[in-house]
Amino acid sequence: MLEALQLPFMQRALLAGLLVGGLASYLGVMVVQRRLSFLGDGLAHAAFAGVALGLLLHQEPLWVAIPFAVGVSLAITWVREQSSLGDDTAIGIFFAVSVALGVLFMSLRQGFAPDAVAYLFGSILTVTPTDLWAMGLVALGVVALLPLWPDWAYATFDRELALADRRPVLLHDYLLAALVALVVVVSVKVVGIVLIAAFIVIPAATARLLSQTFAAMTLRAVGIGAFSVLPGLASAYLFDIPAGSAIVLTQALFFLLALGLRRL
Amino acid sequence: MTATAVEIQQFSVRFGEFQALQEVNLSVPQGAFVAIVGPNGAGKSTLLKALLGLERGALRDGPTQVSGTVRVLGLPPRQVPPGWVGYVPQVKGFDRSFPALALEVVVSGLRRRWPFIITAQERKKAEAMLDKVGALALANRRLGRLSGGELQRVYLARSLIREPRLLLLDEPATGVDAVGEADLYRHLEAYQRETGATILMITHDWEAAQHHASAVLVLNRRVVGYGPPERVLCHECLSQAFGHVGHGHGLVLKGD
Ligand SMILES: Nc1ncnc2c1ncn2[C@@H]1O[C@H](COP(=O)(O)OP(=O)(O)O)[C@@H](O)[C@H]1O
Ligand SMILES: [Mg+2]
Repeated sequence: MLEALQLPFMQRALLAGLLVGGLASYLGVMVVQRRLSFLGDGLAHAAFAGVALGLLLHQEPLWVAIPFAVGVSLAITWVREQSSLGDDTAIGIFFAVSVALGVLFMSLRQGFAPDAVAYLFGSILTVTPTDLWAMGLVALGVVALLPLWPDWAYATFDRELALADRRPVLLHDYLLAALVALVVVVSVKVVGIVLIAAFIVIPAATARLLSQTFAAMTLRAVGIGAFSVLPGLASAYLFDIPAGSAIVLTQALFFLLALGLRRL
Repeated sequence: MTATAVEIQQFSVRFGEFQALQEVNLSVPQGAFVAIVGPNGAGKSTLLKALLGLERGALRDGPTQVSGTVRVLGLPPRQVPPGWVGYVPQVKGFDRSFPALALEVVVSGLRRRWPFIITAQERKKAEAMLDKVGALALANRRLGRLSGGELQRVYLARSLIREPRLLLLDEPATGVDAVGEADLYRHLEAYQRETGATILMITHDWEAAQHHASAVLVLNRRVVGYGPPERVLCHECLSQAFGHVGHGHGLVLKGD
């Protein structure tokens, strides 16, 4: 296993996994506590439409998917703020439109699309240096915005109190929405469209079971999200199973353990 | 220092087709203790939110139309320094699943942000405030495990911690037992004696209100009555507010 880490593609896989696991879990804490768990799925499918459009236009899919998913995420947030349609309804509409567009773009493209399959199910072992650069930039952005945690947490706790205290709640909603979209898009190559929501939801939900404070929940979620990648990747390498599945199943195992611990 | 704590003129709020408040006029002198009463949906919460500058705040279907003027401590609500106004929201809108300790809730009132780490100084201050409202023992309890009355004390401590000059409470006594309610009034009156602050409190308990408040505002989309309790809580005013007055409102009316 250790000699596997000498292989450049394994190093990239590990780094990508840790970045994606940590980032998705960090934002997942806000997403889950705001009851927006469905957002991860919605944005993953927006990313799918973006990737399909990129493939259709013969562009690097990432660069098309990023503006597409960020746009969808901001639009979802706008609809949520403008109406009292439930959050799930707002997300569901964009989810459906994204899938419809994705399928349309795929069908317009001539011939078979093996690369599209990689995006659907993820292929952590084929992460390119470009993918890593994109993840690194998003990670830098999230780290630069760490000082906003107290504001995000406050608005998550009670939006009205945060508004009464003149916090820029609306601006932060859009910022958070854009960041979640960015993380989803750069993670899609690693985890796959069908599994990215798990990265956002499961570590945060696990951490919540174990934590008495929101700060502890945040730290634990990031820890669990990043750590789950290690056994996940190892079993993917050793037993030749899809890495995305292995990681998500590891996360789910931690969730079950946390549920059990709480019962004790 | 301005003479009036709250000055409202011809204030109306419309949610789409629905007129929530109509031409409300209200002047509250500093140091007053105003109990706001009225049926459900009368616009009581909307009025308090307007004082916080939140009447357009949350999710809306259709445009929210607001007209008239509101001055809080002499300023438009959104220009009032947040520390000047304390707010205890209606408990029903509150998310109990948020992982937090009571102490953190109080510190969030101090910081206007959620605390990641609480400093020793903040802890001392928050504990002193919790102690004042008889809730020191709750400091390290989880929010989700608190009863309605305990929660109300924690929120009261939170709202008082920056020593606001105006305190707005939205049904703080709902779901609280008689002892808890008596305690609440005791703490509010003590705070008022200490600081000379103004208090506006929404309540459904008329009896308690008329004993403790210096003025009562009867609201039903419009101002139905406003003045000293013994003058406002008369039979006609109330039947005007509620359509009819009878048993089942839990009202205790003065002989009239
Ligand atoms: N954001 C909103 N959009 C539409 N209608 C609202 C909104 N907020 C309050 N209302 C309506 O305005 C009326 C007054 O509400 P509220 O001020 O909460 O009443 P109260 O606190 O007196 O029970 C209610 O009928 C309520 O449904
Ligand atoms: Mg109300």
